[in-house]
Amino acid sequence: MFEVVAFYLFAFLTIVMFSITVLTKNALYALSSLAAGMIFISAFFFLLNADFLGVVQIIVYTGAVMALYAFGMMFFDSISDIDETIANPKLAFFLTGIVAVIVVMIFMAPVIGANVTAHYPVGMAANLYGTIDGNIQDVGVVLFTKYLVPFEVAAVMLLVAMIGGIILAGKKMDISITQMDDYDVPAQDHHKTDSEIEKDIK
Amino acid sequence: MSITLNDYLALSTILFAIGMFGAVRRKNLLMLFFSTEIMLNAVNIGMAAISKFHGDLTGQMFAFFIVAIAASEVAIGLGLLILWFKRHNTLNLDSLQKMEG
Repeated sequence: MFEVVAFYLFAFLTIVMFSITVLTKNALYALSSLAAGMIFISAFFFLLNADFLGVVQIIVYTGAVMALYAFGMMFFDSISDIDETIANPKLAFFLTGIVAVIVVMIFMAPVIGANVTAHYPVGMAANLYGTIDGNIQDVGVVLFTKYLVPFEVAAVMLLVAMIGGIILAGKKMDISITQMDDYDVPAQDHHKTDSEIEKDIK
Repeated sequence: MSITLNDYLALSTILFAIGMFGAVRRKNLLMLFFSTEIMLNAVNIGMAAISKFHGDLTGQMFAFFIVAIAASEVAIGLGLLILWFKRHNTLNLDSLQKMEG
């Protein structure tokens, strides 16, 4: 009973939060509701006995990814609205519906069709090594035996992504525009932002 | 009455459709990234649900790797986005139509 109530409560909350993210015009509201939705999704992982995945969800998504977006948004003119006019608005609904139906079929087909047998059953750590029976022990055993090579490749990929992100975002970071005089600020060859126009008027 | 695998898969599909709708509908490049995150999370729920109801840990493993891929995608994507914004002062998707070599 508790599981049913929790499932429907968190399903409702997650859908509402992600709908706000997709539909709002304010980038800050979108960021906040996305972070809330990520927290609510971790509740499903706890319900599904995937404790470690739930903790990773909170730490990585809400802790790292959302913080990265929040810092990234300081570079952007996130208050200004972007013209969201689309030539054919019905097309978006139609395409989304079609894709959702296809996704349902893809998900259901193998689940209904095949009798899946567990290669790495839950509780294998306790059976094999006599440790405490828990999700984290199971995850550790599977991750560092069968999936050791993908784990290392993922680590290298994260390192490459970190270096790439630093190189891409860090260009010209050694020049501080705020400490320059006005005439030293490098001229921009495109239209001015609102704040610059305001400065010019003064 | 208890929660079955189909309930979780239905939820996963609804969330994926929300993310897909955002990716098709929005023209803000930042919103495009948010929609991608929503879709990745929707798939993660499906993976964890199948992992539980079949008693197999492989689904959770793939969910972990999806989380790692999402994190590196954000790092690279946000770097590129900052670079684009510095050059063009806009996050409009239509501004990507002219690449200017």
